[in-house]
Amino acid sequence: MEPAAKSAGVCPAKVSEILAKYSRRPDALVSILHDVQKEAGYLSEEAITEIASGLDIPVSKVYGVATFYTLFSTKPKGQYIIRVCENAPCHVLGAKAIVEALEKELGIPMGGTTSDGKFTLEYTSCLGVCGVAPAIMINEAVYGNLTPERVPLILKEYK
Amino acid sequence: MAMVTIDGRKVEVDAGTTILNAAKKLGIDIPTLCHHPDLAVQAVCRICVVEIEGQKLLQPACAFPVQDGMVVYTNTPRVRQARKVNLELLLARHPQDCLQCVRNRSCELQALAERFGMREIRFEHKLRGLPEDHSTPAIVREPDKCILCRRCVSMCHDVQAAGVLFPSRRGADTVVTPVFGRGLDEVACALCGQCIHACPVGAITERDDTERVWQALADPNKHVVVQTAPATRVSIGEEMGLPPGQIITGKLVAALRRLGFDKVMDTDFTADLTIIEEGNEFLKRLKEGGVLPMITSCSPGWIKFGEHFYPDLLKHISTCKSPQQMFGALVKTYYARKAGIDPKDIFSVSLMPCTAKKYEADRPEMCDSGYKDVDVVLTSRELGRMLREAGIRFEDLPEEEHDDPMGISTGAAAIFGATGGVMEAALRTVYEVATGSELPKIDFEEVRGLKGIKEATVRVGDLDVRVAVAHGLGNAKKILDLLREGKANYHFIEIMCCPGGCVGGGGQPIPTTMEIRGIRGNALYEADRGLPYRKSHENPAIKQIYAEFLGEPLSEVSHHLLHTHYTPRQKYPSVAKTVCGEAAG
Repeated sequence: MEPAAKSAGVCPAKVSEILAKYSRRPDALVSILHDVQKEAGYLSEEAITEIASGLDIPVSKVYGVATFYTLFSTKPKGQYIIRVCENAPCHVLGAKAIVEALEKELGIPMGGTTSDGKFTLEYTSCLGVCGVAPAIMINEAVYGNLTPERVPLILKEYK
Repeated sequence: MAMVTIDGRKVEVDAGTTILNAAKKLGIDIPTLCHHPDLAVQAVCRICVVEIEGQKLLQPACAFPVQDGMVVYTNTPRVRQARKVNLELLLARHPQDCLQCVRNRSCELQALAERFGMREIRFEHKLRGLPEDHSTPAIVREPDKCILCRRCVSMCHDVQAAGVLFPSRRGADTVVTPVFGRGLDEVACALCGQCIHACPVGAITERDDTERVWQALADPNKHVVVQTAPATRVSIGEEMGLPPGQIITGKLVAALRRLGFDKVMDTDFTADLTIIEEGNEFLKRLKEGGVLPMITSCSPGWIKFGEHFYPDLLKHISTCKSPQQMFGALVKTYYARKAGIDPKDIFSVSLMPCTAKKYEADRPEMCDSGYKDVDVVLTSRELGRMLREAGIRFEDLPEEEHDDPMGISTGAAAIFGATGGVMEAALRTVYEVATGSELPKIDFEEVRGLKGIKEATVRVGDLDVRVAVAHGLGNAKKILDLLREGKANYHFIEIMCCPGGCVGGGGQPIPTTMEIRGIRGNALYEADRGLPYRKSHENPAIKQIYAEFLGEPLSEVSHHLLHTHYTPRQKYPSVAKTVCGEAAG
C-alpha cells in the first residue's frame, strides 16, 4: 500500500514549478490546488500564499476556493485517509455502526487525525458502490459489505 | 427597447434592464437586501423574488433582465410568502438584540422585518458563535451578524482592490473573513471602512471611542480640544436628520461647544498648512531633481494600502503628515505654548470622516509633540451618537466660528474633503508661489467630479505640470501599476482612499452611496466659493504660525513636527515556513 500523503508542507520551489506548468493562469486555480495538495497532502497557509503571489490574485480568494471544496484540505491529514460514505444506502445498511467502530478502534472522533499522523477519518459522498453498502475507502482502496467486526481486521493491514 | 408589464402596468425600458430597475420606473419598490446601487449584482438573498408569466420558478428582480412582452408580478401571495420565508431563515441565524446594535434604525434587515411585519419566526433561533474581531483600533467585525450578502466582498475586491474579505467554506458554514480567519490587524487591510458602508447590518462597524471622549469632557483637569475635518462640515447634518449636502460648519462648531469642548479648532487650518508644506516640497523636488511624480499623503487608508502593496513606491509619497496629524503635533506645542497650558493636560480629539484615521493616530511615530498627538479620533457617526445622546438639536443652534489660533481656513482647505480637492488646492498655491503672479482662473474643473481617474496639465511658468487624481483604491491601483512600470508620466498625483474622497469616507453617515458622495462633494465646492480666502497661502493664521513658530516652509521645526516617514509592510500575513528538502519530495 503506497502512502498517499505526507503531512509536511510543500517547498515553495515546488509550488512555483506547478504554477509554471499552468502558465500562472488564475483560471487554472482549482487544478493548481489539486497538484499542490498531491505534493503535501494538504494546502498549507504557506502554499496558499505562494499560489496567490504567483497568480497575482488576492490570497483571500485562494483561501476561499481551498475551503469551498471538500476534497481540499487546509489542515495536515494522516497517511491514510479513511472516507466513510454518508449517503442514504450506506446509512440504511449500518454506516453509523461502522463509524462508531472506526472511532473506537482509532481513538479519534469523526474528522480527526490520529496523533501518530497515520489515519484521518472523514465522511464522503456516495462512493458509487451501493451494491456492497455500507462502504468505506482507505486512500484508493474500497471496502464493502462492512460489519463493525471487520473494521479492526481491515485497519490491521495499515498499522 | 423592451415593453414589459409589471403588476398590470406597462413600461418601456432598454433591453437588458433588470426587473428591479424597470419596476422602479413605474414607482414600484421591490424590496432588496444583497443589492447595492454601486456594487456588483449578488442575487444571493432572494428577498427581491418576483413571479414571471411562463417561468416556473420565482426569479430575483435585481439580476433578471427584462424581455419584450414579459409579464411580471411583484406582490402576489406566492411572492410575499417566499420573501417572508427567506427573511425568517435569515432572522433565525441573526442576533435579535437590535436595541443593543449600533445599526439599530439604520439596519436594512431590521427595516425589511418591519416592512414585512415579521411578528413570528417559526425556525429555531440559533447563533453560530463565531469569534468577533477587535484586532484593530479602527474596525470591528461581528460575523454572527453577517447575513452573507457579499456586498463587503464586492466593495473590498472590486472597488477598493484590497481583497481582504472573502467568503470561506460553503453552505451553512460560510463565513466572510480575512484569509486564514486572521484578524484585520494581520492582513493587508487599509482600514478604509468602505465595507461598513457596504454592510446592510451591523456585522462591520467602526470601533466606538465615544466613552473615552465623554470621560475627557467630564474631567476638570483636561483641556479638551477638537479639530473638525473638512468633509464633516457637509455630512454631520445627515446624522441630525438633515438631507445630504447641507453646509453646517457654524452649527457644528456651536454643537461641539455645547458638548463641552474647551476649544473647537479646524483641521482646515492644517489642511492649508499641508498645502504650504506639500507645495514647497513639490517645488523643491522639481527644482532639485527629487523623486517624481510626488503623491499626496493626506489619506491614511491610501498610506497603509501603499505600505502593504507598493512598498517600492513609498519614496514617491510626500513626507507631509496628514492635516489631522499636523494639527495633533501643533496643538500640544504651538497652541499649548500660546495658551499657556501644559501639553500633558491637553486632550486632543479629532472629528473625522474616516476609520483609517483611528489607526493613523495610533501609529507609534505620531508622538512628535512629546505626547500622543491625537488622543482620540471620532468618526462622523460617533459624533452623531454623542450629539443625539446630549439632546442637541441643530435647528436650535446658532452659527459660531472656530477658535483661534488654528481656526481660520480657506476654501482651498474646504475642498480637501472631495476627490481632486487637494490637487486643486495645491495648484492654486504652487502656481502663485512658483510664478509670483496671480492665477488667471482659480477653479480647476478638470480635477473635480466623480470620474475614477482625472488628468490635467497646468502651465506653471515655463513648465507644463502634468497631474493625475485617483479616488478609490481600485483607481489608485491602476495609476500605481503604471508608475511601477515607469509609464506614469506625471509630476504630481493625488490619491484618496475612498470613492468620492473623504466625503465618502468609511466613518461618514449611513447611507453613503455614490450619489450622496457626489452631493457632499458639491457642497464643499459651494463652501469654497463662499469663503473670503480661497488660497492656502493667503490664510492670515498660516502667515502668523510661520512668523511666530515654524519659521519658513520645510524648516527644521516643520520637519520635526509636520513631516513623517513610511513603513514597508507585508502583503501577506506571516505563515509557518516549510523546511525544504526531504519533506518537499
